[in-house]
Amino acid sequence: MPDPILAIRDLTVEFDTEDGVVHAVTDVGFDLHPGEILGVVGESGSGKSVSMLAILGLIPKPPGRIVDGQALFRGEDLLKLPENRLQKIRGEAIAMVFQDPLSSLNPVLTIGEQVSEAIRAHDPDSSAAAAQKRTVDLLALVGVPAAERRYHQYPHEFSGGMRQRAMIAMAIANDPTVLVADEPTTALDVTIQAQLIEVLKAARRETQAAIVLITHDLGLIAELADHVVVMYAGRIVEVGDVFSIFDSPRHPYTAGLLASLARLDAGTEVLEPIPGQPPSLITPPPGCAFHPRCALSRGRVTCRTEVPRLRALGTDGEHRSACHFAEELVALDPNVEPAT
Amino acid sequence: MSDRLPPSTPDPTRGATSAAAAAVPEGLALAYESGVELGERSQWTHARRRFFRHRLAVASLIVLVLIALVGVFAHQLAPYGYDEIDLDNTTRSPTLDDWHLFGTDQLGRDYLSRVIFGVRTSLWVAVFVALVSSALGTTVGALAGYYGGQVDNLLMRLTDLMLTLPGLAVLLTASVFLGSGDPLRIGLILAFLFWTAVARIVRGLFLSLREREFVEAAKAAGASDLRIIVRHMLPNCTGPIIVNTTLVVASAILVEAALSFLGFGIQPPNPALGKLISEGQSEGFSLWWLVTFPGLVIMVIALCVNFVGDGLRDALDPTQRRIRA
Repeated sequence: MPDPILAIRDLTVEFDTEDGVVHAVTDVGFDLHPGEILGVVGESGSGKSVSMLAILGLIPKPPGRIVDGQALFRGEDLLKLPENRLQKIRGEAIAMVFQDPLSSLNPVLTIGEQVSEAIRAHDPDSSAAAAQKRTVDLLALVGVPAAERRYHQYPHEFSGGMRQRAMIAMAIANDPTVLVADEPTTALDVTIQAQLIEVLKAARRETQAAIVLITHDLGLIAELADHVVVMYAGRIVEVGDVFSIFDSPRHPYTAGLLASLARLDAGTEVLEPIPGQPPSLITPPPGCAFHPRCALSRGRVTCRTEVPRLRALGTDGEHRSACHFAEELVALDPNVEPAT
Repeated sequence: MSDRLPPSTPDPTRGATSAAAAAVPEGLALAYESGVELGERSQWTHARRRFFRHRLAVASLIVLVLIALVGVFAHQLAPYGYDEIDLDNTTRSPTLDDWHLFGTDQLGRDYLSRVIFGVRTSLWVAVFVALVSSALGTTVGALAGYYGGQVDNLLMRLTDLMLTLPGLAVLLTASVFLGSGDPLRIGLILAFLFWTAVARIVRGLFLSLREREFVEAAKAAGASDLRIIVRHMLPNCTGPIIVNTTLVVASAILVEAALSFLGFGIQPPNPALGKLISEGQSEGFSLWWLVTFPGLVIMVIALCVNFVGDGLRDALDPTQRRIRA
């Protein structure tokens, strides 16, 4: 396997709030390889977005605080770069697509102006005409019809899907090596989601960028991702390639997620929700943060006292799980709740 | 060939159906496109339409433009020079003779001409004050709102300090120290007093804009602070800034008039409207036209500017659907 293009190690991010310190991200580490699509899954508040925003220097400090960690990109630690260097990397080498395309677009600038802005922010010498031409090409590439004319329209004249296409055009404007897509389809309806998946694939073909796909939509992960990182309560609970995660999850949380998923192919009659609520990140449960909701733990002391580390399960070391009793899941069908 | 014709006849029909089939999506596409065409209106188009439905504002704008044109072309329009003394025609009440529509003063100077040149000076000063104070206030407000924290604290305390100063006293002192009389200097002094309102407005807008996602998106796209402020945030503040700038024009005219009236503003022979009133008031009611006409002009200008400002405020605020006429 080639060297990772982005290697995150031990990333820990905290937020100071009036109620106490929020441990948003704890000891997160993963590798992103050139050209791959890495899916990051988890519930809202599991730290998926925060970890990516943190490495780009986009979390507000204060109240945010990067306590520890490294984010190695092209041999440099992004977390230690001064703001002006980071600014050059943002939008050029690492670009980002946000969740809600309407609020992420400036209401008073035309779509064309905003995409050209992204180009000219990194290439101030490029003429307005050149940037405009490139913008029209980009809009056409992401499937905005009549790009020439739509260049002059405002975000409110675009439909949700078209806006997200424009956001993607903006993100790939500078040929990024890493594209972070933060819940790119969440604000869109299902038919548009399917189109957006094609647009993301086209964007990857065009730029050869590695994509970090942050989502809670397992269907999107199954469709697009090569590798999957599952997060829970600010920690990574399971890592693996997409097939092993879906076919043989080795963490009860992942198994629970899959069991709660409506699947047309499996013929499941009753969906199994994960009982309980995600824990408070101010006072996370001791030991494994998932143990109060875990069907596998059954009140075992280890789960309550020891924080499980990510450990390799297979021989290749690619599939890793942070469960003390991952082996107990081996024989179980992911669609069947582990026996209690 | 002839027996081949029948089988070939369906071809045109098939061609026609396929053409029709092709025409349907095309027609749909056209309908879609035209629908888009209808929606293709920027906020400026909407604002313009809303403004022009505001009758009082439009009328005021027309009056203002006329007054401004008279001021700009004062040299061409005024029947006399502003300091042209005619001792044979002193203290004439308004008359059509020799175009002394506004009468003449104690030195026989034509008051219509003096008022026209007064409009020129006063409007020039007012517009200058509005532009300079808006630029200064916008800069201070944008920096305070964008950076927040200590920068905000420092700049806003400075603004508060400016607001607590008794304006007139400062003006009088400043004009004594800096020397008065020169319209440019008066303009600068006034601008220095008027920037605080814009600064507070822009700061408030920036504080809320700063939290908007498109600003974060711009940051994620690698835009510098300056670029975000100028290209992404300021365009979202144009409405309030424009409205406030117009309102400053009105206040500046009034304050400049007051200052000139007190003798600390623009000095003779340069006629400013306030100066004309103060010259006239020494004669009391006997020469009533010396006070009345410049006073009326000041009132009309200030009223019109305020009406235009109100119209702009309604037009530029998209949340305000109701149009006051």
